[in-house]
Amino acid sequence: MDAVYSIISAGVLSQVFVGLSRTTILFIVASGLTLILGVLRIPNVAHGSLYMIGAFTAFTVTKLSGGGSAGFWIALVIAPLIVALISLIAERGMFQFLYEREHLMLLLLTFAFSLVFGDLVKLVWGGEYKSVPVPHIFQGFVPLFGGLPFPLYNLFLLLAGPVVAILLYLLTNKTKMGKIARAAAVDREMVGAVGINVSRVFATVFVIGCYLAGLGGVLVAPTVSVTLGMDHNLIIEAFLIVIMGGLGNIWGALLGALIFGLTQSLGILIWPKFGIIFPYLAVVVVLLFRPTGLLKSTW
Amino acid sequence: MSRQTILGLGAGIIVLLLFPVFLPRFYVYLVSIILLYGLLATSLNLVLGYGGIFQFHHAVFYGVGAYGTTLMLTKTGLPPMLAFIVGPLASAAFGLVIGIICIRLSKLYFGMLQISLGSLVWAIVYRWYSFTGGDDGIHGIPIPEMLSSPKSAYYYTLIITLASLFVMWKIIRSPFGSALQGIRDNPVRSEMIGINVRMHQLLALVLAGFFAGVAGSLFVVVDNTVFPDMLFWTLSLEILIMCLLGGWFTFLGPMLGAAVIVALRTFVSAYTDYWALVLGIIMMLVILFLPNGILGYVEEKFKRGFMEPEIEGQ
Repeated sequence: MDAVYSIISAGVLSQVFVGLSRTTILFIVASGLTLILGVLRIPNVAHGSLYMIGAFTAFTVTKLSGGGSAGFWIALVIAPLIVALISLIAERGMFQFLYEREHLMLLLLTFAFSLVFGDLVKLVWGGEYKSVPVPHIFQGFVPLFGGLPFPLYNLFLLLAGPVVAILLYLLTNKTKMGKIARAAAVDREMVGAVGINVSRVFATVFVIGCYLAGLGGVLVAPTVSVTLGMDHNLIIEAFLIVIMGGLGNIWGALLGALIFGLTQSLGILIWPKFGIIFPYLAVVVVLLFRPTGLLKSTW
Repeated sequence: MSRQTILGLGAGIIVLLLFPVFLPRFYVYLVSIILLYGLLATSLNLVLGYGGIFQFHHAVFYGVGAYGTTLMLTKTGLPPMLAFIVGPLASAAFGLVIGIICIRLSKLYFGMLQISLGSLVWAIVYRWYSFTGGDDGIHGIPIPEMLSSPKSAYYYTLIITLASLFVMWKIIRSPFGSALQGIRDNPVRSEMIGINVRMHQLLALVLAGFFAGVAGSLFVVVDNTVFPDMLFWTLSLEILIMCLLGGWFTFLGPMLGAAVIVALRTFVSAYTDYWALVLGIIMMLVILFLPNGILGYVEEKFKRGFMEPEIEGQ
């Protein structure tokens, strides 16, 4: 009986860790989305596409730098920056003229962008699966408490999540830029009236949010096969996380990502065939009891 | 309705009736698809344009209607024609359930909770191989003899679509429809003058679900297949684009939008794999330059002084 118990709990434990590494990716992407949603009020459907572009760029950069383990680190620096650059062009070229439009229009506009980005990715990288090698120092496994092997790379992800969370917290709460952005989220006109260039603030926030999407894409690349359509699955998950946590709230995104990641991984344990439905059920339950999300929304 | 409108509609219906006589088979199929997508988009417009409800995941009702019809046809021995009533009723019932759960939420939250519930249904359909055929869907659905030829499928689609459009037109013109538009423009005031806002919105959701289900059952007749992508959220946004392109706030706008998009998709896909790119660019242009859609633009140009209020964006 003891042995059975230990096997079950080891299985549960390892699924918890798998869920937590998934949480990291979800959090990084969702925090960018929630930042944009909170400050600019744009429900950015193209966020998922930027995540996908991040992953594909990571593939190319890794390949170009010889496929060695240095490649991944170069990609980690460069790929999110490329994504940020793309988003800067989109923001300056189009979004900045449309902030006053209603949300439905913005939603459709960003969906248009996601269609265009999706096909551009197909045009540039083709339709085949791509894979990014796990960097050398993170290859291999570490034994968990139950003796089950856990990929070292996932451990790295587990550490990356909190680091991003803390950096984001510092950025939004401790820097002048962050304070202005939060003020602009509440009352754009007033911030403009005291002589701050709100348009530039919005552009910066948008680019930072999209940078996070790209970062998520690079980090996820070694753990999955990089493929077309990875944007469509992720963006809905990210939106649900943001809604669950409270629009515009970064800690809400963290909480939402935790719920989503853990219900996903544990759900598979409970009911392998329909494990996929548990995170959605969790969202429904949360919204039934707290219709505006778990934490305070900035809206 | 003016005399000209009636004449125009009559002429349009006669042309539609004559299509199969002189058009090749492929085009008959294409027009059937346009009609049923038009019906789907019009049913979305009922809640979105006239009701001001953020129905983000309308495709799920379409899918439920199609799957409901299909499962009745393949899994039960009941009279086949019954399936074409049961499918839409199933999606109306589903609309009621989703409505009851979501209706308390406002705007964007409503839309997102609906997407979540819709994704739940999609996930179940996608995985439940023994019942729904999983990601393969179900092919070669046995259709009653009298509807199985392309021509009879076309006429069936045409008649049902026209009948549904007529009923929806009547609904919008009814006191209920006026109340719904009142709620869209000013929910607080509507509440004040004694309109039960929630009940009206709920009924609108059920009706829209029903007609989306009708469109789903028509797809089964025309194409003899169902597949899980019919409930995927990207289709919902495509239907939204149809409404936007044709013009919400106009009754026939969504039908026009569906015609443009389905026809373009068919012809562009023949030349290139990059239909999504073309669609994305069209969408951007429409949003930037034609925010009221084609029919909205025409009305603005030719009927000066005619202005419908916008959806209150929050």
